[in-house]
Amino acid sequence: MGPVIALQKVNRIYQTGATSVHAVRDLSLEVMPGEFVAIMGASGSGKSTLMNVIGCLDRPTSGAYLLDGVAVSGLGPDALAEIRNSKLGFVFQGFNLLARTTALENVELPLLYAHPPVSPSEGRRRAMDALREVGLADRASHLPNEMSGGQQQRAAIARALVRRPALLLADEPTGNLDTRTSVEVMGVFQRLNDGGMTIVMVTHELDIARYCRRNVVMRDGRIVSDKAVGERLFAGDQMRQLDAEQQAVQLLP
Amino acid sequence: MMRLLATLRIALRALRRNVLRTILTALGVIIGVGAVIAMVSIGTGAKAQVEAQIAALGQNVILVMAGGVSRGGVFSGMGSAGTLKVEDAEAIRNEVEGVACVSPEVRVPAQVTAGNVNWNTSIYGESEEYFDLRRWPIEEGGAFGAADVRSASRIAVLGKTVVKELFGETSAVGQTIRIRGVPFVVSGVLSSKGSNFFGQDQDDAVIVPHTTAMRRLFGITALRSIQISAASDKLVEPILEQVTALLRQRHRIPEGRDDDFHVHTQQELAEMATSTAKIMTTLLGSIAGVSLLVGGIGIMNIMLVSVTERTREIGIRLAVGAKRRDILMQFLIEAVTLSVGGGIIGVVAGLAASEVISRQMNWPTQTPPESVALAFLFSAAVGIFFGFYPARRASRLDPIEALRYE
Repeated sequence: MGPVIALQKVNRIYQTGATSVHAVRDLSLEVMPGEFVAIMGASGSGKSTLMNVIGCLDRPTSGAYLLDGVAVSGLGPDALAEIRNSKLGFVFQGFNLLARTTALENVELPLLYAHPPVSPSEGRRRAMDALREVGLADRASHLPNEMSGGQQQRAAIARALVRRPALLLADEPTGNLDTRTSVEVMGVFQRLNDGGMTIVMVTHELDIARYCRRNVVMRDGRIVSDKAVGERLFAGDQMRQLDAEQQAVQLLP
Repeated sequence: MMRLLATLRIALRALRRNVLRTILTALGVIIGVGAVIAMVSIGTGAKAQVEAQIAALGQNVILVMAGGVSRGGVFSGMGSAGTLKVEDAEAIRNEVEGVACVSPEVRVPAQVTAGNVNWNTSIYGESEEYFDLRRWPIEEGGAFGAADVRSASRIAVLGKTVVKELFGETSAVGQTIRIRGVPFVVSGVLSSKGSNFFGQDQDDAVIVPHTTAMRRLFGITALRSIQISAASDKLVEPILEQVTALLRQRHRIPEGRDDDFHVHTQQELAEMATSTAKIMTTLLGSIAGVSLLVGGIGIMNIMLVSVTERTREIGIRLAVGAKRRDILMQFLIEAVTLSVGGGIIGVVAGLAASEVISRQMNWPTQTPPESVALAFLFSAAVGIFFGFYPARRASRLDPIEALRYE
């Protein structure tokens, strides 16, 4: 099997008026199926731009990008939309669920734009499967404002999974969540990854990156470090530890 | 198809989300379409009424009016020149081919009394053929006959208004009325004709034999006019020519001088009246059309606001794989749903308004089906036209920018 992501000498230059910003410079990166990669870096390091390029929301100024074997760097906006729909799943920092729309309907959203079209009953079934996968089947008819942050993010993960994408992209998925909910969400990602899902996420939190298998650090549009995670954290262990700490606090007089 | 249905569902949901705004936006179209339909109904109703009234004048009627007199710059009005005589009418009856009915006519306003009640009305002196000529049926009793005309009988047929004023609810037939003190027996009551297109109450008249009117009542020898009806449509023109030639000959009018009478056909009247009604319909319709246009601008305005408000939603949709066409269709369908929904309600409102106008204001309205179809299609077109620009703007958003939008 070939790599899911193959970036070769990719550049992304923003032209704003007279000044140009070189956000990504000559970057090459390969991600194999089943990997769980965290991209880290300070703000302005180019990690968000890289994420947008990987996510086919943005096109590289130069260089080649193969996503799941398809050359996407030369594709037009509609072809890219099709790729986003069929090969990619997005998880955002702010959840980005449609307001006043139930969890189930939010999860169904990508199926609405699927080619060939998916029948409403089939769409409903697949959306329920995805919700079950993230443990949210009992919240299917809840609106986003009736759910906690963790539940909202899990609904967003279900939406990203519903088309069975080749790659799951997460942009600061725990940025808006507290520690416990962050661990919970990372647990979902770990479980999906154990099931074979390739995941790439952007984060600036070191301990969140330790739940991944591989950490890539960026600075000034270049990769400065790329290595496997040494002491990996597991959500199950962390949750137990959090519970123990909680109990200890409660036992205090 | 399924995609279109799904898009329609999205559009409906978006509209349901802001019910008040949706209603207010659609109101522009509702008023526009409703106004178009109501206005066209009023115009068409007026036209139909005018046509019916002209038809009610009698079929294929030709009216010969005596000329006016201009003495010292004062024009004393049509029919006052005294140039038409009863003999002219008889000559027309005997010499012109294709004539069905002829009625020599005088009209004089007079005081009519019955017991101690009196009423000011018009006395029409006519021949016995007048009722056929005008297609004016007798509702109660009977008309006068040729013998009554010959013998100048004091016999009268009353219009509905006169009956109401003089006798109220009691029957007039067989009663005696006095016209300028001369007693008349009421032989019949005419059916109601309503007002004509000049607004005159046609039922406010007393019809007596012309001989009686001229000799016994008013002492006049000249006619106001002669009414002629042609046996068929096609004969109207030939009769017109023959009557003109005959009267010029009888009145000894040399070549090159103007007629001392005027001939009108019902068609002329009809054309004049319907063209007026047509202008009115067009005018009302275009004013209403402008309000529909304003409704369309309202839709565009709200759609532009909606696109801005929902930038983030558009970003999410683009991120999960919506194509530009999907977004375009979503907002276009939303706009068209607004305008078509408004159009449907507008049609209903317009029909209801015409009904109310016809009932409360006693104005006959008629809604041509094609005007309903046209107003409806126009409202859909307004939605597409004014919805396209905002929808296109939504579909051209950059997904990254849209997702970042707060």
